[in-house]
Amino acid sequence: MNEQAIKELLYTLADNQLVLGHRNSEWTGIGPILEEDIAFSSMAQDKLGHSLAFYALLYELGESDPDTLAFMRNPSQFHCCQLVELPIGEYDFSLIRHFLYDHAEAIRFEYLTQAGYEPLAKVATKLRGELKYHLLHANTMVKQLGNATAESINRLQQSLNDAFPYALGMFESSPYEAELASAGIFPLESQIQTQWLENIRKVLAQTQLQLPDLESVMPVFGGRRGVHSEYLQPLLDEMAEVYNLDPNTEW
Amino acid sequence: MYGGGSLFEAVKLDELQHEDPMKLAEFEARIQRGEKIEPDDWMPELYRKQVIRMIEQHAHSEIIGALPEGTWITRAPGFRRKMALLAKVQDEVGHAQLLYSAAETLGKTREQMMLDLISGKSKYSNVFNYPTPTWADSTVISWLIDAGAIVNQMANARGSYGPYCRALERICAEESFHLKYGHDAVVYLATGSHKQRQMIQEALNRWWPPIMTFFGPADKISAHTEILMRWKVKMATNDECRQQFLDMYVPKVWEIGLTLPDPNLRKNEEGVWEYTEPDWEEFKQVINGNGPCNKERLAVRRQAEEKGAWVRRALLKPETTYVKPLA
Repeated sequence: MNEQAIKELLYTLADNQLVLGHRNSEWTGIGPILEEDIAFSSMAQDKLGHSLAFYALLYELGESDPDTLAFMRNPSQFHCCQLVELPIGEYDFSLIRHFLYDHAEAIRFEYLTQAGYEPLAKVATKLRGELKYHLLHANTMVKQLGNATAESINRLQQSLNDAFPYALGMFESSPYEAELASAGIFPLESQIQTQWLENIRKVLAQTQLQLPDLESVMPVFGGRRGVHSEYLQPLLDEMAEVYNLDPNTEW
Repeated sequence: MYGGGSLFEAVKLDELQHEDPMKLAEFEARIQRGEKIEPDDWMPELYRKQVIRMIEQHAHSEIIGALPEGTWITRAPGFRRKMALLAKVQDEVGHAQLLYSAAETLGKTREQMMLDLISGKSKYSNVFNYPTPTWADSTVISWLIDAGAIVNQMANARGSYGPYCRALERICAEESFHLKYGHDAVVYLATGSHKQRQMIQEALNRWWPPIMTFFGPADKISAHTEILMRWKVKMATNDECRQQFLDMYVPKVWEIGLTLPDPNLRKNEEGVWEYTEPDWEEFKQVINGNGPCNKERLAVRRQAEEKGAWVRRALLKPETTYVKPLA
């Protein structure tokens, strides 16, 4: 098995979790209700924990240590999709992003538990229980707010329209994916996308929200090969602000 | 965090004239026997008012206190600190949730308390009106402000209002982890590179004067609160708490090679800590809205409330009726 293929998969998984965890943590202290403030902080912790676990696997494969990987790379070295980089916006956008992202993530984790690469399968088995709660939270809030007032329905619909092209970008293929699929390590992105669409449609059908027409939407790709939105560089600068004062010391 | 130094006004005892003397005597006897007062028990209006005020101030301190530290979550250096600080600040918001529920058992809604906070009518711990310009400032809060809060909350957990005591027990259990985190983060700076040592010393110098005011004005100039002590609303005087805090933490600060910016700070032969009297005039000014960050803190809170209003409107169904939380 080409080690580069495994590494590329791990970077993609880890970077997505890190950047979304960072974004979700921005809600700490300013959520629309205390309960949501706490929920987003809690999910942020889980995401950061997941990214750490994936970076630790990379470290075992000879890459730098997790802090260096998270705090010292340039945007072009990041493999995350652009969806996770976007600012938190208002609560409707953050909720919809969380809904779209975690439905995909839950599918990924199910496959990862079966991965023909044991260290990864182990980590995924340990962590997938947390995803269940993220999904439960996303579905509960989307169903409630997606059926409540005209105001909440409009807001969620607008955010869904805005986020959807970026969400399709989560399924950007990689040069290694055929190899990973044939080795039984991870399925093709197109396969995950098909399942994802089915799952989110089931939830959205219970709301007054409409999924944008797939044919008319242009997916925002690029992130997986290091092409990012204008928002990633400032995010990484902020994340490394203190760490960079002295990267060779312990904090 | 973050409760502590609750501000009590001089109690107007004539408010008690309207109370049934028999019931009042029985109420006081129950407290004397160490019984807890529960939400549906009889209580004098003055007690209700003062307990709401105290718990509300504490709850506000938790969510406002989340701001000066929370701003460092996205900048925390390394995974270990980032995850720990995020978990800690989340705990503080959780404490606010617990405390608002405890206050709600006495009949004031969370929404009303929030409104009183952002209008400036209700107070919160004064220390959060000071800035946290560096990472080191956030570690000083995590260690020493949380330490002060524990001193205060351990005392209050023995108070008379049942729901508040139960909330405090849970809060104190989490606080002890915060204290460990804060101490660890400070020790790393204090024993680190030249730049780190300088950072932490400067932060400590900035924070020491506010920390000295954390427990509220000196007893000799405080409002008279005897009846609140008798009712076990206030469990220790401001100076008692301050002494206990100094006794526990000044040696720990010195132990890691840091200094405190008060040349008069020492323990005398009687075992009492002597110190330069804090600037109580500044304290009053800051309480009244003129501190370095009062406006910013309330503006952030107000903006969060305004931006989140549509969520609360949407979640509140027409058939929903208000139910007091169980405590």
